[in-house]
Formats: sequence, structure tokens, C-alpha cells
Amino acid sequence: MNQIPSLIAVFAYISLLTVGGGMAAYPEMQTLTVHVHNWLTDAQLVHFYSIGQMAPGPNMNMVAAVGEFVAGPLGALAVLLAFYAPTGLLTLGVGRLWTRLANWPWRDSIQHGLAPVALGLMLAGAITFGKTSLDFGKVAGELVQFNIIAAVIAAAMLALVLRTKINPALLILACGIVGAIAFRSP
Amino acid sequence: MSDATASGAAPQIAAAAQKVSVKDLFVAFLIIGATSFGGGAVAYLRSTLVAKTKWLDDKSFLELFSISQSLPGLNTTNMAILAGDRLCGWIGALAAVVGVILPGAILMTVAGVLYGMHHERPLVDAALKGVAAGATGLIFATFFQLAGKTMRGWWDLLFLAAAVLLVNRLHVSVLYALIALGIAATIIYRPGGAAERSRAQ
Repeated sequence: MNQIPSLIAVFAYISLLTVGGGMAAYPEMQTLTVHVHNWLTDAQLVHFYSIGQMAPGPNMNMVAAVGEFVAGPLGALAVLLAFYAPTGLLTLGVGRLWTRLANWPWRDSIQHGLAPVALGLMLAGAITFGKTSLDFGKVAGELVQFNIIAAVIAAAMLALVLRTKINPALLILACGIVGAIAFRSP
Repeated sequence: MSDATASGAAPQIAAAAQKVSVKDLFVAFLIIGATSFGGGAVAYLRSTLVAKTKWLDDKSFLELFSISQSLPGLNTTNMAILAGDRLCGWIGALAAVVGVILPGAILMTVAGVLYGMHHERPLVDAALKGVAAGATGLIFATFFQLAGKTMRGWWDLLFLAAAVLLVNRLHVSVLYALIALGIAATIIYRPGGAAERSRAQ
């Protein structure tokens, strides 16, 4: 069962959609990794993305965890190369061209035009993500209770990130502790 | 290679390019990659590249950052590539991007191993639910911060809403939504157009 060629194809494709950040590509990543290839569940993908927020460096290094989970260390390496190499080469090439196009009037049009589109795609990704992260599925009878606690944690996090200067990675760690207490099985 | 560097890198930083070695660049980005916790890597990049090493001035940094935002790829890795290329050519770009990715990538690979072993434990599962709820709050906070900085006028709001509608409601692939809205928005903000003028004010 060699999944590595499919992993490479999926993550190379996803990387091209990360305009303005990784969240823009999240709905497509969910479709391909969960629904098309059945590599993991919605909740597991959310877990990997969330754990990735506590790691240093680019927040999409979580793709390495997905690669490892699906196909071992070689899977992680393959996914990392697939995710970073194509856009990296594109950035290198277009970056050089872009610098020389400083006085080309359409350059500003593209930058201004892409900004709200990228932001909209990010919001779409956030909504897709939230549908999984705030809804734990069919845990008979306890669904509503779980949803409310998760939503309260999310709202508290939102407020703390916007209102304080506490490092978000530490806050997420704290959310893990709160979760371990609040969501523990009786 | 010198030919590619001369034609590709901006001439005004040619002097700076000679001062920065590939090794220095790799180490600097490795440190950023290992210490930039909690997002906002741009602030870390700026403090290293502009304030600490003075490899870039503020104006070049902002210029590279605006390019990195308009291209596919993450801001952090795009900045590493653009800054590395400016300072040391393509080999500098490679050193910088590998440096900034490496620490987090190793950690996340280890996280993948640990997840595979322990994710079914009830306590781990409960903690992960908390982490995921927290990440949701963080993502929305990042969205509001960016929106506050970049959203200007009704056209911006329209394109933002259209992206959400296409992806979440109509389940259009992100690729098609990006291409269609990207082209439409570029035309709306065309040089000399009314939207572009009102935005510039």
C-alpha cells in the first residue's frame, strides 16, 4: 500500500492554493485527504492543524505530521518536498520578475485584487475548520454540551489573542489543558 | 550563476550581498524557524533581517513582504526565499527556506509519530479537542487582525463574501474560486479604474 505518489500529488496541488496563508487551502486539503483518499478523519486533520499551531516556524509544517501518519518518515519527507518545492520555485522565479515589474501598473491591481480574495478564502477555510473543531460528531446525547464548551474555549482564545500580547502558542497549550479537564470521559 | 544573480537580484543591494554568507543566512533562518512560536513569523523576520543584522532596510523588507503576500506559498517561506535570493542568489534562497522550515518540520514529524501511538487515549483525545477549539479561536483572531489591516471599501467586502459563498455554500473548489475571483478582482482594481483610485485615497 504505497501512498507516497498520491501524497506528493495532493500536497503539491494544495501548496499552490495557499495564497495569503495555509488556511485558504484548508477546504481543499480536507476534501482530498479525508474524503477522496480516506487517509484520516475530519477530526484528525483538525488535530494535526491545531498541533501545528504550537510548533515554531511556518504553521503549515503540520503537513509533515500528516505525511508521517499516512506513510511513515518517508511520507513526511515526501509531503514536505511536495508542499514547499513547487511554490518555492515559483516564488523564486516570479519574485525576480516581480521586482523588475515595479513600475508595471497592473502589479498594484493584482496585489490589491488578491488581498480580499485571499482573506475570503482564509475565512472560508476557518469556517470549514470550525465546523469540525466545534462539533464532535455523534456522541449520543452529549453533542450539544460538547459544542458549547468548545465554542466557549474558541471565543476565549479569540478574545485573548486580540486583546492581550500573550503568545498564542502558549494559549493553545493552555486550551489543551482545559480540554483535557473539560472533555475527559466520565 | 553570477549572470542569474546579476539579472535577478536588485542591483542596489549588491554590496550587502557580498557581506552575507550562505552559512550566516542558513543559521539566521534556522534560529527564526526554531523560535518563532505562535505565528506572526513576520515580526521575527523583521527583527532579524532589518533590526539585528541590517541585511535589509525597512523599505526592501516591506517590498519583499508585499510580493510574498501575492504569491502562492506561505508568507514565512516566501519571505525566506525572496530575502535569501536578494542576499545570496538562489543558493541563499534554498539555505534560508530550508533553515526556516527544518526545526518545525522535524517537530511535526515527531508529533505525527506520537499522535499515531497515543491519539486513541481518552485523555489525549480530550486535550486535542481543547487544542482544536483554541486553534479555531486563533484562526478567527488572525482573520480579524488581517481584515482590519487590509479591508478597504465595498469591493473588498464583496470579494471576501464571494469567496466564502463559493467555497462554503456552493462547494466550488478553492482553485476555481481563486482563479475566478482573482481575475475579477484584478480587473475591478485595474490601473486607472474607479475602484483603484478610491482605494488609493
